[in-house]
Amino acid sequence: MYTKNGNTEDILWDVLVIGAGNAGLCAAITAAEAGCSVLVLEAAPPDMRGGNTRHTRNLRATHDAPTDVLIESYSVAEYFDDLMRVTKGVTNQELATLTLEKSAELTRWLGTRGVRFQPALSGTLNLGRTNAFFLGGGRTMLNSLCRHAINCGVEFLYQTPVQEMQLEDGFCEGVLLEDGRRFRAKKTIATSGGFEANLDWLSEGWGNAAQNFLIRGTPYNKGVVLKSLLARGVKSIGDVDQCHAVAIDARAPQFDGGIASRIDAVPFSVVLNKNGERFYDEGEDFWPKRYAIWGRLVAGQPDQIAYAIVDAHGLTRFMPSVFTPIKDDTIAGLAGQLGLDPAKMQATIAGFNKACPEGPIDQQILDGKKTAGLSPNKTNWAAPIASPPFYGFPLRPGITFTYMGVEVNARAQMLMEDGRPAANLYAAGEIMAGNILGQGYLAGIGMTIGSVFGRIAGEEAARALNRGLK
Amino acid sequence: MDEINLVEMAKAKPSDKRPYDQNAHDETARIMQICNACRYCEGFCAVFPAMTQSREFDVADTAYLANLCHHCGACYYACQYAPPHEFGVNVPAVLAERRAETYADYAWPRPLGQLFARNGLVVSMAIVAGLAITLGLMLAMIAPHLFWGVHLGEAAFYQVMPHNVMAGIPLVITAFTLLAMGIGAVRFWRDVGAGWPGWQGLTEAISAAGSLKYLGGDNAGDGPGCPVGDDRNSHNRRHAHHLTFYGFMLCFAATSTGTIYHYVFGWQAPYGYFSLPVILGTVGGVMLCWGTAWLWQLKRAMAEEMKSLRHLGMDYAFIWLLFWVSATGLALLALRETGLMGLMLAIHLALVYVLFLVLPYSKFVHSLYRSIALILYSVKR
Repeated sequence: MYTKNGNTEDILWDVLVIGAGNAGLCAAITAAEAGCSVLVLEAAPPDMRGGNTRHTRNLRATHDAPTDVLIESYSVAEYFDDLMRVTKGVTNQELATLTLEKSAELTRWLGTRGVRFQPALSGTLNLGRTNAFFLGGGRTMLNSLCRHAINCGVEFLYQTPVQEMQLEDGFCEGVLLEDGRRFRAKKTIATSGGFEANLDWLSEGWGNAAQNFLIRGTPYNKGVVLKSLLARGVKSIGDVDQCHAVAIDARAPQFDGGIASRIDAVPFSVVLNKNGERFYDEGEDFWPKRYAIWGRLVAGQPDQIAYAIVDAHGLTRFMPSVFTPIKDDTIAGLAGQLGLDPAKMQATIAGFNKACPEGPIDQQILDGKKTAGLSPNKTNWAAPIASPPFYGFPLRPGITFTYMGVEVNARAQMLMEDGRPAANLYAAGEIMAGNILGQGYLAGIGMTIGSVFGRIAGEEAARALNRGLK
Repeated sequence: MDEINLVEMAKAKPSDKRPYDQNAHDETARIMQICNACRYCEGFCAVFPAMTQSREFDVADTAYLANLCHHCGACYYACQYAPPHEFGVNVPAVLAERRAETYADYAWPRPLGQLFARNGLVVSMAIVAGLAITLGLMLAMIAPHLFWGVHLGEAAFYQVMPHNVMAGIPLVITAFTLLAMGIGAVRFWRDVGAGWPGWQGLTEAISAAGSLKYLGGDNAGDGPGCPVGDDRNSHNRRHAHHLTFYGFMLCFAATSTGTIYHYVFGWQAPYGYFSLPVILGTVGGVMLCWGTAWLWQLKRAMAEEMKSLRHLGMDYAFIWLLFWVSATGLALLALRETGLMGLMLAIHLALVYVLFLVLPYSKFVHSLYRSIALILYSVKR
């Protein structure tokens, strides 16, 4: 109906949602279930819809007792401690507590709307206690929610990237698309993600190094909506250089490589920079607790590149990767293939091997098998790189998502620079995740924030329109 | 063979073009390496847990995984790397291609494996030839007025075709079919490394095959079914296949009962409408007709990009052959007391003979290789 006469402004929607990811769908469904007319604008075509939700696979949820999809229990207090540990306290504690408390309802709420989870205990990553895994991953979850949203009467428009948020003194009067069409709604909910696919914006925080970053997340998160909001007086939160950055295979695509571009070799390897030198303790902790710092570590090295080197024993200790590792029978040969100085690399490996303790390593525990006298030392799982063939994985920083966003209150309303809530603007998901996740990362919490705040935004928008109140 | 396929592919819509016309194994290995680094689909079916047991995928691995796949399509709609992503991951389509490649590779005698590539044409020609030979045989053996005559009572069928001919032809065909399929199965079993799964493992495998557990939408066995046409799930594929398979088994039971009646008790066909063989055959025939027509409809509804376009001919030929065998069987039952009995019998017999003759070079072999793959899955677990 919004295209019949070509004049999209004729319709005043109750709720306009920008972005069809997890947060946007939760918001749209909640508002539609309360009786609102809802339009969702999605920048991507249908096959690529849903922003970074496409690349997710679980959410982190508190629970007092075992459920069908989560084992044992995970209290809000423990969850909160985990969050404080990774963020080092850079979080809005009120919003954080709200998110964690409301995470208890999520698997049931999503489940009754068609999302299916894997049974408890069946996940790959030993996160069965804290994280509920979507059956088939994030894209299947999206498909189910979209299906449900359509059944609730939500309308979707694809390939509709927004160019400008038309704000007047904290009131959103309309949303202008790149193609010139303009949409109006009583309430607008921005769930349009961060700006990780905008290398120029990343450069503001990272300098030229950003030009060597690979973007593991969706190519559609260019931050246009965020930038437009910030330029018109919405208060920002978080630092421009804060992002989820992991070390991924340097051969991964520039955008959208997702989970499969991940390299799990680091704890069983020595990692060299382009000068053939080690630069960080590869065995500091279990990989799930460390993988999210290695993007920054590699970003800090010359030309933002590093190489994880393992031998034939090491190769079998971690999940296979999507790109076949570079292989050679000798260290010098491998150096040649990787473009490193063979003499330097041989010397580094020989020095490392000499510093390794005796005996086998045990990857199931922090085995304390540490090197002696190196700088830096490898503090666990230190075993010589001695059994040919040798393998090299080239590593680059891979940016999954960014943290800088708009500041919100507990009703998901955007706050203006003077601290007042915006009149008719709400935010959920990655665009406001920085309120809770100032730095660091906790697996699955991005989806939790998206679902919880998506629901709050949808509820609050409906409530403000006197809908759904019985 | 390749030349023909390339022409077919060139005629397809641009979006249907796939890069692996030449060698489905290489493309399967490439895709499995991506899947193995992702594993989001681990909850769907047996293929993905089985995949995690390899780091590299050789020809036997891809043959095993391809035959473990039930082509449900859940992973296609789930895949973050499906086209238009540059990784171009399309597991259902590539495994269908690879599966058809294994059918040809394991066919015996091997040159006849070529028949899979143009199965629709082969089956059609076989039907025409079968019909001509059967009719010719009948008319050569009996007078035309007998062919068009009305025959009632015991041994009515044998008025138009002597029993030892009617039963002798399928005996020879079945002996050949069993030999051909047996050799294929043994070679497949050996190459993929199957072994004795233990009684519990065997029970699991038979139960998974008999219940089509992996068309159910998850590997716990209580999913919402599989997608047909779009990402919506249903159990239609499973139910249509159950009708087809169990209908086929009932028809088989009908034939076996008839054989026992004939040789053990000396009772000659046709049997009464409420006799055991006729009841089994009628129920089975109706189920087969219904199931195959339904499968055909579901196959057509399946998203184009998920299909193995080159092998649709094989799928459709087998489905329609089964349909017409059962439909003509039912027609024979309806017309057996009229002057058209001779003609219906000829048509029905011809189709039955053709079905069994092409069995080792038809979609039917999926039942063998999939069962072996499920047994191997039990072994490896």
